[in-house]
Amino acid sequence: MGKYKKPLVKISNLSKIFEIQNIYALKSINVEFYPGKIIGLVGPDGAGKTTLIRIMAGLLKPTHGNVEILGNDTIQQSKNIYQLISYMPQKFGLYEDLTVLQNLNLYADLQNISKKSREDIFEKLLHFTNLKSFTKRLAKNLSGGMKQKLGLACTLLRKPQFLLLDEPSVGVDPISRRELWKMVLALSKENISILWSTAYLDEAEKCQEVLLLNKGGLLYFGPPEILTNKMKERVFQIQNISENRRSVLSKALKDEATIDGIIQGNSVRIVLKPTLKTLDISKFNPGKDAILKTISPRFEDAFIDILGGGPKKASPLLKLIPPIKKEKEIVLEVIGLKKCFGDFTAVDQINFSVKRGEIFGLLGPNGAGKSTTFKMLCGLLKPTQGDAYIVGLSIKKVTSQARARIGYMAQKFSLYENMTVVQNMNFFSGIYPIPNIKRKNIVNKLITIFDLSKFINTKASKLPLGFKQRLALSCAIMHNPEVLFLDEPTSGVDPITRREFWNHINGMVEKGISVIITTHFMDEAEYCDRIGLINKGQLIIIGTPDELKNSVASKDLPSPTLEDAFIIFSKKEKKDVTKI
Amino acid sequence: MLQKFNRIKSLITKEFYQIIRDPSSILIAFIFPMILLFIYGVGVSLDMDNLKIGLVLEDTNPDAQSFSLSLKNSKFFSVEVARNKQKLQKKLIAGNIRGLVILPFYFSEFKSRPDKQGPIYVISDGSEPNTANFVQNYLQGAWLNWMTQENISNGEKTIKINVQPRFWFNEELDSRHFLIPGSIAIIMTLIGTLLTALVIAREWERGTMEALMATPVTMREIYIAKMISYFCLGIGSMLICTFFAVFFYGVPFRGSIFALTIISSTFLLTALGTGLLISSAARNQFLASQISIITAFLPAFMLSGFVFEISSMPLFIQILSYLIPARYMVSSLQTLFLVGDVWRLLIFNISIMLIVVLILFSIIFSKSIKRLD
Repeated sequence: MGKYKKPLVKISNLSKIFEIQNIYALKSINVEFYPGKIIGLVGPDGAGKTTLIRIMAGLLKPTHGNVEILGNDTIQQSKNIYQLISYMPQKFGLYEDLTVLQNLNLYADLQNISKKSREDIFEKLLHFTNLKSFTKRLAKNLSGGMKQKLGLACTLLRKPQFLLLDEPSVGVDPISRRELWKMVLALSKENISILWSTAYLDEAEKCQEVLLLNKGGLLYFGPPEILTNKMKERVFQIQNISENRRSVLSKALKDEATIDGIIQGNSVRIVLKPTLKTLDISKFNPGKDAILKTISPRFEDAFIDILGGGPKKASPLLKLIPPIKKEKEIVLEVIGLKKCFGDFTAVDQINFSVKRGEIFGLLGPNGAGKSTTFKMLCGLLKPTQGDAYIVGLSIKKVTSQARARIGYMAQKFSLYENMTVVQNMNFFSGIYPIPNIKRKNIVNKLITIFDLSKFINTKASKLPLGFKQRLALSCAIMHNPEVLFLDEPTSGVDPITRREFWNHINGMVEKGISVIITTHFMDEAEYCDRIGLINKGQLIIIGTPDELKNSVASKDLPSPTLEDAFIIFSKKEKKDVTKI
Repeated sequence: MLQKFNRIKSLITKEFYQIIRDPSSILIAFIFPMILLFIYGVGVSLDMDNLKIGLVLEDTNPDAQSFSLSLKNSKFFSVEVARNKQKLQKKLIAGNIRGLVILPFYFSEFKSRPDKQGPIYVISDGSEPNTANFVQNYLQGAWLNWMTQENISNGEKTIKINVQPRFWFNEELDSRHFLIPGSIAIIMTLIGTLLTALVIAREWERGTMEALMATPVTMREIYIAKMISYFCLGIGSMLICTFFAVFFYGVPFRGSIFALTIISSTFLLTALGTGLLISSAARNQFLASQISIITAFLPAFMLSGFVFEISSMPLFIQILSYLIPARYMVSSLQTLFLVGDVWRLLIFNISIMLIVVLILFSIIFSKSIKRLD
């Protein structure tokens, strides 16, 4: 550190108040850091991550205090700031109607890069991002991962001293995320300092230092390992569970000894309170072979710990939903489902079935055909070929009857942003076949369960993300569906809110509801009973999370994660994979 | 300075690619003007030609016949004749005819009356006051005319005045001749204000504005690039409209292209200024379109004298109309097309619009700090 006289970023007594809401988005932050590092910016939703990045980029004016980048005040010397930093906003800032090359040319002009030096830079960046064969494609026709890479390429045209990335990996599949990380690492080797805001804590774990924000305040700044190491000997896995792992988890969460717990395939991972060294697991009824094993902590454990632990209560939904008969019959049967758009086959003859009370995860890279499959199953798209039966009803023939038995929560929640919480709920209760007398009762119950009472007159657009998600879920389950479709319900949502969400899902599944879900979070896929992996429209493999992990284990990779399995299978074609 | 120029050039290039590839800009800039011209060129007419009226001839005396013939020969009416009023009354109620003229059975007795007043009943459809007034006034005129022709004097004075009307500038009193030039002002308001406000709001919505702000480009450069792009689009659209107006719809063009360009450019600047000002307040497309329609499009449509005569509006609204740049544009365009380069009027209109431009742009440029809050 002594090598540099000036800190890269010096934040002094920084506060930001937004006039409209009149709340502190950031409160008295003091921190400085030095060049040459990858710094992760983490925190729950609404912690102030985007606000902080925008202030560093000179796009917002601090209410109190100031920020200096290499000695330049972001407001007084804003002209110098633009020379020092490159900033990629959350939405990448690409022009959809322009081709890849036109986007690059535009940003090169705006960054004052001369025509001569441009060719070399483009060559290098296109190679770096693997976009060379797509230069004439319009940006709107790129996949999510490619857009993200092009966005990065546009911000890297002029080699900055400091690169600011605002949640670049939201809604992007694990393969693209890994590629992006490799690119960032390469940049770091070229002495570019990077600030990377992320909801993925496995990414934060790889950073040299993390800034942890909560409710506008700085909770921690330093290497992630220091926090993680504090968690040593507090993290355990209950393995060899022969009983219902969801009920083991809910019992473990209720126990006073734990602060956090999640499902990992066939095991349950728990984090204990600081003073405890071990735990009697027999009270969770995990089965007689079950053992408690110490495992190494992750940054996520530390994150949850520092934020005061995960949600502990069992989902109150349990009280509302009437149990559906518990027979393990098949509720969804998909037979040779196929969808073509012109010459393009989006979904190619997929077959699978889902039992009552099962969580089925549909995983796959961006553009693999997950959303198309979902839309067909919900009766929003007509299959080109094949059929699917939901509780015995063909999706082709009696869609409205079948639809009354399913719940669908779309990507981005599909709420009416201009309507208040209670208006949204009344609307959705009106469009489902719910008897008039029951409607008000159901809405009131859901408001209590999801703790929405203090927001009932708030517009949906003004809700914090976690509450928006709760509202969307409550609208999707209002009519007591037997099958629930969730399309990337947790994209961009922080770990604590995601745990709450899974609490509700687990509760519903216990009552006999079947859940079909897509997600890019591999730790969420661990909650699934079975996973179907889709690539290029084909269903490549179906199996339990543990089966998938074990099937890719090798000498080089003795204990692969689900993400490893995902990446390995996504590179294969259907014919290469034998059944597990 | 060179860098500044390069950045603006690049932004303009980008804007043109977007215009070409985005169907909604093409729609507003070229398709909508064509539709508007078509509507005003072919569909809408404010002229009272072939107005359908009914004529009840209870009297068959030659005088009544002669008067009815004078009505039938008029190009303003298409007359349906009947012997009794029952049938025609129903038609009036059903809205098939606009008025009913009754010549009662004692009609021809009027000659024996000292004042020579004709006992004609006129019933007109009061649900459309303009038409009703027109029917009434025209019949009065037709009556007097017929009296003169028939040489019937009411005994007071027989001054014979032969009126030969001449309508200057629009000899045929064809309403499309003043509607089409006016609609060009509406089209330019759409491009300058609505489209400009929309495309900037779109940049906010899609997050591209935030990315632009993180580059060395300044807010003024962004505004200037937007202005130049949509200025060209507006002038292009104006030239196409003028071409169609003159060659397809036969509107005369008596001014010079030079004057037309100057006046259009000035007006376009006021429209662009309004659009930019709206976009600085409205950062989503829905809000931007609402504000532009209410503050720019509707006033330009209703208070500019394009369709509705300003002098017949209440005084308060008349005063208000002086604040609408489109008012000066419509009057200039109508003058340019129908009269010619009347510089005294044009220079007055241009100077007022320039004042508006000055006010708008001083507000815009004073607010152009590159920041999100």
